[in-house]
Amino acid sequence: MAVTLVKERWQSRVGEVILGATPEQGGTRSHTITVGGDGTLPFLHFEGTVANRPVVALEVNDVEPDWSPRLKEYYADVINNPAAWAKKCVDEYGADLIYLKLVGANPEGANRTPAECAQTVKDVLAAVSVPLIVVGCEEAEKDNEVMAAVAEAAAGENLLIGLAEQENYKSITAAAMVHKHSVIARSPLDINICKQLNILINEMGLPLNKIIIDPMIGGLGFGLEYAYSIMERARLGSLVNDKMLAMPMVCTPGYEANRAKEANAGIEDFPAWGDLHDRGTMWEALTATSLIQTGASILLMRNPEAVKLVKQNIEELMVSNA
Amino acid sequence: MALTGLDIYKQLPKKNCGECGVPTCLAFAMALAAGKAALSSCPYVSDAAKEMLDSASAPPIKKIAFGAGVELGDETVMFRHEKTFYHPTTVMIRVSDNLSAEEIAARVAEVNDLEFDRVGLHYGVEGIAVTNDSGDAAKFAAAVSVASGALAENKSMVLLTEDAAALKGALEPVAGRKPLVGSATAANFEGMVEVAKAAGVPLIVKAAGLDALAELADKVVAAGYKELVLDPVTTETSKALADLTQLRRLAIKKKFRSFGYPVLAYTSKENPLEEIVQANVYLAKYASMLVINAVKKEHVLPLLTFRVNLYTDPQKPIQVEPKLHAVGDVTPDSPVYVTTNFSLTYYTVQGEIEASKIPSYILAVDTDGTSVLTAYAAGKFEPEKVADLMEKFEVASKVNHKKVVIPGYVAVISGKLKEKSGWDVVVGPREASGIMSFAKANFGS
Repeated sequence: MAVTLVKERWQSRVGEVILGATPEQGGTRSHTITVGGDGTLPFLHFEGTVANRPVVALEVNDVEPDWSPRLKEYYADVINNPAAWAKKCVDEYGADLIYLKLVGANPEGANRTPAECAQTVKDVLAAVSVPLIVVGCEEAEKDNEVMAAVAEAAAGENLLIGLAEQENYKSITAAAMVHKHSVIARSPLDINICKQLNILINEMGLPLNKIIIDPMIGGLGFGLEYAYSIMERARLGSLVNDKMLAMPMVCTPGYEANRAKEANAGIEDFPAWGDLHDRGTMWEALTATSLIQTGASILLMRNPEAVKLVKQNIEELMVSNA
Repeated sequence: MALTGLDIYKQLPKKNCGECGVPTCLAFAMALAAGKAALSSCPYVSDAAKEMLDSASAPPIKKIAFGAGVELGDETVMFRHEKTFYHPTTVMIRVSDNLSAEEIAARVAEVNDLEFDRVGLHYGVEGIAVTNDSGDAAKFAAAVSVASGALAENKSMVLLTEDAAALKGALEPVAGRKPLVGSATAANFEGMVEVAKAAGVPLIVKAAGLDALAELADKVVAAGYKELVLDPVTTETSKALADLTQLRRLAIKKKFRSFGYPVLAYTSKENPLEEIVQANVYLAKYASMLVINAVKKEHVLPLLTFRVNLYTDPQKPIQVEPKLHAVGDVTPDSPVYVTTNFSLTYYTVQGEIEASKIPSYILAVDTDGTSVLTAYAAGKFEPEKVADLMEKFEVASKVNHKKVVIPGYVAVISGKLKEKSGWDVVVGPREASGIMSFAKANFGS
């Protein structure tokens, strides 16, 4: 007896966004990376196009980050040198992209000038040939200055820059338009604000294929399900032709998973949770692999062992099941 | 597809005898459609009509119960935001009958210990699946017996062999545990059905490929057994995702009866980390039960934690009561912390405060169950609101100081909060993990 499979006929697909630019395109990257483009739910090859695999970016900070000793071990030799750190991520840990956080710009911290931050971006661009994602220090006023300087210094590179938020999107959107970059539009777990923000950014003149959605996830065990469902709804929306939800999505499993006590507390304090090493790795890996099941296109990660597991999972899921 | 009262009425004898307790057949049909009456109270309904009405009113995926309270299936949606997922994927740890009695006892002891406490929740795996890898009936029976003896009372068992005689022998002594048994294949299903039926335990139906699985499930039903769990033989991750998705879609969207049962998935990876990543895919996409090899706490905890996330009812965000909570033996000198009523945020903060061993108050602000950053971004952590709550719960009457600690992420509200409440506002750490050192530095004796 032949079973008649249920195949949905989706009207539309997720938009495609290209990251990075080669010399011919006005940048200096050895290649570009395209995300999005799927015409079905994640990895349902039997039903529609699974156009581009999800990609993994490893996080690099411009100042020594406040990470757990367990995480910092992977970067001990490069932690004070963003360019060398980025190179290690690409050469040794298989990062598809680099996610550079300019934490040093923070007025409460190192208070680096916009020019210093722009120089860091240039150093990292020189050290690696993959496309870059660059965000500021999450201090809105300072970030507006910093990202304007970064956008200018890296004009033509088609960076993915952030963060555009509902209360603060104009300056960064303008910088992206002038200097040919793409932006991360971040909204707090709210599908309506997400749409609204995309509309506002688009109205300023930035094309939809220059916007990536950051839905603000929670980590494994800490509200992951909120983002899980918002992202499933966004993917379904894009498949039924909701253009203002049809951008690819970026998620922050590295940050969110490693904030959890479960990724930091040793077995001596929590014997019932088992050994920390693998627990920490799995906390980040499962946060990421759960979200690619909802349609995440870019994963911002920290733990190279988790990255290896996630990339292998992606590899397996990209095998056709048609 | 629920039937209307009229659909049901057409199938009734239309005698209007009133013996069912309702004066007319039409009124009875309406009561049936509303779920307020049972078809069995009609003495004259034909068997054909009964069959038709029963199957039309059956849930798209049958609920299968076994062991110590395990329930599988009975799901109604493809996505949790459509309603909710009801029966969390049961996770069973594989125990091979190739192990020695000592090894089996040790492994089962590890399984018994796979119980976790975090953020106010307690969860664990459901039990073990003993597999007849040896192919030897006596060895299987002995392994099942040892495993059952070592297994905690609150855990459940699955017995896996393709030899009906071996199953019968192993099942008898542990029948009291009401295990799930398998696996019925095209070659052995008659014998397997007989054994499962006699013991009154549910049966796994196993076939590779959806066509073969549907055919076999129909044969088993025709042989008179409907307490089934489907095994589509998952080996390769992507193919398994496709099969599991089709099984769920066909059951829910098409009411395809051959697939109206819970589905079981096996992992195929040897490395426990890779295995858990693969299991996570199957847990996300539609397996009702998983059989895994990993037995270490650090590997199993993350998987079960994802299960908690996925099966949280989206209609009921997990919240604690928005009020002034006391942690430890509070005194008028105790510090006062403010956080959100999102239970994960709250329990994380509470855990750190407990660990600091300084009894304290926590004022949980009603943020509709969102975390600090999300709440602030959405305008649900405003200074006015915090000040009002401080007044409402009479914080001033509980302590002899006027110092309130707010999360570092909302440092920006400190000025306004001071103005509104008249209290000194202390900016605490951004992350709960900083509370311990913060408390020691600020409130330690």
